[in-house]
Amino acid sequence: MNRALTQRLGFSLLTLIALLTVVPILAVFAYIIARGAPAISWEFLTAMPREGMRAGGILPAIVGTFYLTLGTAIFSVPLGVAAAIYLAEYARENWLTRLIRIAIINLAGIPSVVYGLFGLGLFVFFLKFGTSLLSASLTLSIMTLPVIISAAEEALRAVPQAFRTVSISLGGTRWQTIRRIVLPQALPGIITGVILGLERAAGETAPILFTGAAFFLPRLPHSPFDATMALPYHLFVISTQVPEMPIQIQYGTALVLIAFVLGMNLIATVIRSRARAKRQW
Amino acid sequence: MAKSLTWRETIITAVIKTCGYSAIVFVALIFFFLLREGLPALSQVPLADLFSLRWYPIENYFGILPLLTGSLIVTVGAMLVAIPFGIGTAVFIAEVAPRWTREILKPLVELLGGLPSVVLGFLGILILAPFLRRFLDLPTGLTALAGSLLLGGIAVPTIVSIAEDALDSVPMSYREGALAMGATRWQTIWRVTLPAARSGVLTAVMLGLGRAIGETMAVMMVTGNAPVMATRWNSLFMPARTMTATIAAEMGEVANGSTHYHVLFFIGLVLFLISLAVNVAASAVVFRQKKRAERVLS
Repeated sequence: MNRALTQRLGFSLLTLIALLTVVPILAVFAYIIARGAPAISWEFLTAMPREGMRAGGILPAIVGTFYLTLGTAIFSVPLGVAAAIYLAEYARENWLTRLIRIAIINLAGIPSVVYGLFGLGLFVFFLKFGTSLLSASLTLSIMTLPVIISAAEEALRAVPQAFRTVSISLGGTRWQTIRRIVLPQALPGIITGVILGLERAAGETAPILFTGAAFFLPRLPHSPFDATMALPYHLFVISTQVPEMPIQIQYGTALVLIAFVLGMNLIATVIRSRARAKRQW
Repeated sequence: MAKSLTWRETIITAVIKTCGYSAIVFVALIFFFLLREGLPALSQVPLADLFSLRWYPIENYFGILPLLTGSLIVTVGAMLVAIPFGIGTAVFIAEVAPRWTREILKPLVELLGGLPSVVLGFLGILILAPFLRRFLDLPTGLTALAGSLLLGGIAVPTIVSIAEDALDSVPMSYREGALAMGATRWQTIWRVTLPAARSGVLTAVMLGLGRAIGETMAVMMVTGNAPVMATRWNSLFMPARTMTATIAAEMGEVANGSTHYHVLFFIGLVLFLISLAVNVAASAVVFRQKKRAERVLS
């Protein structure tokens, strides 16, 4: 067969494959938006569920997911950013650093349901936090940690070495250099990474299944030791566990969930592109 | 003043160092708790029973083989979908598509990666499963196949993203060299670019595989949850149940400290070790490849 023809056939095949990958993605989003939009109303977003979740709103699930995301951020952001500073600014290339990197890669690969088991064993039973917002947030934090560390380290490493040299030569200590020079420069990159990590945490169900998610709790959580409803778990519950669930509420919940997650994604993208435009190095 | 500055510096350095080691601590803690809660299963259930063919916890049958084969068949099916589509799309984005398409396509595929798996499971129940039932004339659409298709979709963004990075980092001069010697772009892709990016593409596939094995919610929602042993190829068209789904579905209902509880943790331990093996293998590929490249270049 002639080479030009082979190339044309090959490229057509690749184009077809790419289309078959991308078109369903768009279709999924379009479909959920189209089917979910009619369910969205002020009451749906701000009212408690009624009649065994078959009517009313999904406020406790929205607030629960918000709290979980916030709780995850409180634990994972300081820890993750500090770990990234260590790797980017302090660590030497030795076996210990290699071990840390292997540990990060492995943390990123552990199945989410195994995090759930771990959270159940450590936070719920061993530390006796119970099935609570706190246990679930801590579990999600550890799951989010590798994403935040990797992204923050990359952002820190992207800051040119000259910035550090100048600061040190002016008499700044190492920490002063990091705090006043390197961190501000790397901040947009770090924030982007943090949001992408939290986005994943917000959409996860398996890690919170046995650590903090409540099947049905028609009120907002009072304290960190309260169990909570959450959007992804709520969608799981109403699409598999509750018979005769109005389909509109299911699509509406799915829409609110992806709006929450994609909204975070959008914010991250905007921060990243604005920082790139403003960057002077 | 100078003294307090040194003090602050010392304390902060110590704090940062401690945080730096946290990843190691957490992996060790996870391993420890899985061992602590999972190993008692071995003393409560004889090994031969644990690796038997029947999973029926209510009557104390704890054979995990059906769950292992369930995970295996769903994952193999998922990779059959995800590898061609993932690598094909990555090659298209990196080598074939014009610049402006690339700027749109990659974020779009990565958007799929951010989609919560429970949403895919939800659509799987409402759309994919009924479609498969009618299309293939099956008694139920909630089968291993449905799980494979969804998992394939979940693994694709991982594979595309990493494989495209690998292809993109192949030096332009390689391609120019091949083209200058009269190769077509198609030949250049297959004989030069892809082989040069081999280790990155392999890593992409391994990480996609890890993602597929560990996925829980989508699989639990669409595979029909029947813990039957997958023995023939047509098991793909029957309900199945994976290890992850078993833990997620049953952990909420077991008594703390019961045999069932320990066995579920034991399954978690198996999953942990599998993901450890996959990730170490994936990073070993990169490491070995790099070393060889350094040898060649020096």
